[in-house]
Amino acid sequence: MSSQGEWVYTEKVKDHFMNPRNVLKFGEEYAEDGKGIVGNIKCGDQMMVYIQVDREKGTILDCKWQTYGCASAIASTSILSEMVKGMSLEQAYHLSPKDIAGELGGLPEHKIHCSVLGDKALRAAINDYYRRNGMEDKVVIEEARIVCQCMNVTDQEIEHAVLEGARTFYELQERTKLGTVCGQCKDEATALLQDYVKKHFGAK
Amino acid sequence: MAERKVYFDHNATTPLHPEVKKAITEAMEVFGNPSSLHEFGRRARHLVEEARVKVASFIGADPDEVVFMGSGSEANNTVLSILSCPSRFCASSMGEATEIITTSIEHPCIMETARCLRDRGFPVSFLEVDQYGKVNVEHLKELMTDRTKIVSVMMANNEIGTIQDIKSIAKIVHERGVLFHTDAVQAVGKIPVNVKDLDADFLTISAHKIYGPKGIGALYIKKGSPFCPLIRGGHQEKGRRAGTENTIGIIALGKAVEMRRAEMAEEKKRLLMFKAALREGIEERIPDVHFNGHPTDCLASTLNVSLDGAEGEAILLYLDLEGIAVSTGSACASGSLDPSHVLLATGLEVERAHGSIRISMGRGTVKEDVEYMLDKLPKVIRKIRDMSTAYQRRAS
Repeated sequence: MSSQGEWVYTEKVKDHFMNPRNVLKFGEEYAEDGKGIVGNIKCGDQMMVYIQVDREKGTILDCKWQTYGCASAIASTSILSEMVKGMSLEQAYHLSPKDIAGELGGLPEHKIHCSVLGDKALRAAINDYYRRNGMEDKVVIEEARIVCQCMNVTDQEIEHAVLEGARTFYELQERTKLGTVCGQCKDEATALLQDYVKKHFGAK
Repeated sequence: MAERKVYFDHNATTPLHPEVKKAITEAMEVFGNPSSLHEFGRRARHLVEEARVKVASFIGADPDEVVFMGSGSEANNTVLSILSCPSRFCASSMGEATEIITTSIEHPCIMETARCLRDRGFPVSFLEVDQYGKVNVEHLKELMTDRTKIVSVMMANNEIGTIQDIKSIAKIVHERGVLFHTDAVQAVGKIPVNVKDLDADFLTISAHKIYGPKGIGALYIKKGSPFCPLIRGGHQEKGRRAGTENTIGIIALGKAVEMRRAEMAEEKKRLLMFKAALREGIEERIPDVHFNGHPTDCLASTLNVSLDGAEGEAILLYLDLEGIAVSTGSACASGSLDPSHVLLATGLEVERAHGSIRISMGRGTVKEDVEYMLDKLPKVIRKIRDMSTAYQRRAS
């Protein structure tokens, strides 16, 4: 931190937080082709993403959003709405939290789970578009798979724990209670942990 | 640049009082070790003891009953550590009594220490509070057993400002022959505190909440109370806290309480007026708000409010951009997943806890600060609610 007392966020995050782009304001009409909502107010973050699609080209024409959440939730959804314009649905579908955080010039590690919601909401919106247009075959269902049978912990929860900062099996246990009963899932959970760390934070 | 700088986070910490600053500057010339017998040491010792008298008289204690420590957190950790000494030769040994009772709204330095002790096998119970954060006295009576060794209840809550009826609680606790501690970090220097009147066995004080420096606190230990030090290895503080005395900090704490004695009564009147103006102003200008904490038994400086559909960290940072400093009970700001344990303990809905801010005023607060806040806050909340998924459907 400098003597000026800089924000924990980058200038880009600050800019998008101060001047959020493409917000769908209350009462504003918007003819969306797809809509996705993820998150929960009880957890402190919720996001709704609306897209308009160029059916011919299969690209995203426009994107609007609403969010309930912290500064990085607001900034990451704002920048996402700019990133996806003109992108093919295929490309947009594969945007990762790392891509969004990268575009913002980085986010504090414990904040990454906020931007994860942005890409998830976008995928939900794209799936919604596919469903509305009879393209169910393209819908990818992200089903959670139970890894720890005793404590009922899924791969998605492991991914979430990694995004929240878990880096070791012990930290994973602390956050999810996984592997605290029979311990059979330890190897698989450790492998998944490493995969997710690589996926979201690059090198180990 | 913001038009104005408004510091509304006095419960987190306070700026140094100008008189304290002066005292610190003078104290910096005194470098002797208070334990040394020569003149350099004697001079330091004299100033340390002078400060001890000031602190003691401010809370109605004997100077011998005041032990300087590195922080309020250290004092709180020390008190609970009495319990963990199982040695029957230890001065604090109370035989079979091993149980601790505290509340569900304590500062993390009590909560975490209590949880750690529980992990080490000591039974710990957490007292329930009502919707205003007041301890349920009947619940306390039920929880105390023959094995209860100590009850710790904070005097004024840092987040919602609620003040407990410590005197009545201490009486109930003492009727069962149990030790009583109160964390009075947010109370001393804001409301009158007298250890004899309250009949506390232990009481915690911190300097930086009352315009003193960080890194110095004190623990009141009633004469004759069982005690076991946390920091060992020195004769300082009569063997109750090892380590060469923080002379500068101690002198500063002495000065800080001296200034509080002179200023707190008048300040309280002023802050009560400001708080009423803030509360009314917020209610008038912003729909769907909910005030947390006790309406009357509450610190004059502290106002905690939940703003529906707005998340706390976003509110905090938009206010920061306007030059206003507040704090929040939202999980986002703390880096954890859960919002304020204090607000949840009062039964507040999780989403309201996420959307809460704490406004804590102090001796430097002026009318213009309140007016500036009442101008900016409604705009910030409107901006957040305008893009919120959690508010629009209820917007008027």
